[in-house]
Amino acid sequence: MKHLVILGAGTSGTMMVNHLIGKLPKKEWKITIVDQYKTHYYQPGFLFLPFDIYTTKQVKKDGRKFIPKEANYIQKKIELILPKENLVKLEGGEELPYDILIVATGTNIAPDEIEGMDGPGWYKDIFDFYTYEGAKALRNKLREWKGGKLVVHITEMPIKCPIAPLEFVFLADSYFKNKGMRDKVDITFVTPLSGAFTKPRATKALHYLLEEKNIKEVTDFNIERVDYENKKIIDYADTEVAYDLLVTVPTNMGDALLERSGMGDELNHIPTHKATLQTLDHENIFAIGDATNLPTSKAGSVAHFEAEILTENILHYIKGEPLKEEFDGHANCFIETGNGKALLIDFNYTHEPVEGTFPFPGVGPLQLLKESRANHMGKMAFKWVYWNMLLKGTHIPFVSANMSTKGKHFEEMES
Amino acid sequence: MEKLIAQRTISVNEEGYLTDFSQWTKEIGEEIAKEQNISMTDRHWEVIDYIHDKFQKQEPLSIRGIKKSGVINIKEFYKLFPGGPLKKATMIAGIPKPKSCI
Ligand SMILES: Cc1cc2nc3c(=O)[nH]c(=O)nc-3n(C[C@H](O)[C@H](O)[C@H](O)COP(=O)(O)OP(=O)(O)OC[C@H]3O[C@@H](n4cnc5c(N)ncnc54)[C@H](O)[C@@H]3O)c2cc1C
Repeated sequence: MKHLVILGAGTSGTMMVNHLIGKLPKKEWKITIVDQYKTHYYQPGFLFLPFDIYTTKQVKKDGRKFIPKEANYIQKKIELILPKENLVKLEGGEELPYDILIVATGTNIAPDEIEGMDGPGWYKDIFDFYTYEGAKALRNKLREWKGGKLVVHITEMPIKCPIAPLEFVFLADSYFKNKGMRDKVDITFVTPLSGAFTKPRATKALHYLLEEKNIKEVTDFNIERVDYENKKIIDYADTEVAYDLLVTVPTNMGDALLERSGMGDELNHIPTHKATLQTLDHENIFAIGDATNLPTSKAGSVAHFEAEILTENILHYIKGEPLKEEFDGHANCFIETGNGKALLIDFNYTHEPVEGTFPFPGVGPLQLLKESRANHMGKMAFKWVYWNMLLKGTHIPFVSANMSTKGKHFEEMES
Repeated sequence: MEKLIAQRTISVNEEGYLTDFSQWTKEIGEEIAKEQNISMTDRHWEVIDYIHDKFQKQEPLSIRGIKKSGVINIKEFYKLFPGGPLKKATMIAGIPKPKSCI
């Protein structure tokens, strides 16, 4: 009996087990999936939790519900991967030999990378919203906050869902307006990039939103430390930004497992082939989702596109056929802009976010790079799609793994 | 776009970055630095060497990378190339502006 092991039962791992369970011959292959937590978190919901738009119940469910019964599901921490011995070691000493390994351990915040960040101010007046704990603590803080300087900050790129911090700012604007206290809150968005968004075209299209909502912007800010006593963040050029409430996205790093196993880059992300999803160092190890070092967005939608291509490539690999170099970096994200509106963007390795409609060329219903209510409904529907279709590996109608260029107004990205 | 730098016609993009690294010389780097109000010292050139090395190995440049470079710490990097150090140093080095894409 051959053994395929999936590390991580988050968005990517769960999709892969659902894809593969029906495709690998049951008499020859056993599939095991390992995760440290019983709970499956809906991370996109962490954006809404602080504002009481979602409840805690809406963002977490029992992981077992999404794992097919035929698969072997282990809830333990993964200690080590020994690629030369084709062996994974779990907490408590259990060993899992594998023929094929899929690493889907994601990426997480590392606030200890910056001096003063996770010190005495952590979860008092410094918060993250990229974890369940952070988003919930921030919700409780916001419920009683009387106003002042709100600073929303990105530590360094890459981060998962790179537009989430900007969405946070837009939602904060609406939240305080609805509470009738917008005039008591001063909102500043601080980024290491030279503009609010990571792609120049989207920055252009989004900038008016910041102006319209009276949100200040500090760009090219590379944080050196947090001075939690005097409540300010300081960058390497000695620029200072004062806060009363700091909402930061700390450095995102792959799990320490990859460092321990000698398989990660400087941020513990795994060097992975851009188009096939095979790891560069080991031919029977594949990687998917946030755990990879691919130069595209770290997002659930990307993982969804990757999962379709990786499933095919695992089957090719088993048959000894050449892998398909198919993944093009396709990403699409809804961007919440507050007040019940959102926009949708679509891009890949080589094409900048485009204006047009999606997924029906020329018709819509979702508009790329234009604010609309339909897009907001799309973002809200994403939660349903996530729990009911995406995790199960169901093909989402009209959305293909490779980016379609129909119905979009294009401009190639300069390289 | 073409631009006359150190008595040579060089191709650059709208922002002033060289589009063809093979046209780069130390004199050109020196001139570009002057336009940025930076006068180059040995220490500056050590950093430019490091940047060229990364460029040749096709390894992406980042502030984090500088931290671990062993060549310079970030504080000094900012002192040598005030403003946006990565943007300025790459322009002087004649290579494309680092894409902090994603
Ligand atoms: C605030 C926020 C908003 C977002 N919004 C969107 C959005 O609107 N649209 C979108 O598409 N994406 C969004 N995302 C991104 C999306 O959630 C992630 O890209 C996606 O979850 C990645 O899936 P993954 O399986 O690669 O990683 P994860 O889902 O993070 O799964 C990794 C799993 O590995 C497990 N693991 C790691 N290390 C170990 C170990 N040593 N032992 C055992 N288990 C381990 C973890 O417990 C975890 O369950 C958002 C993310 C955040 C934080």
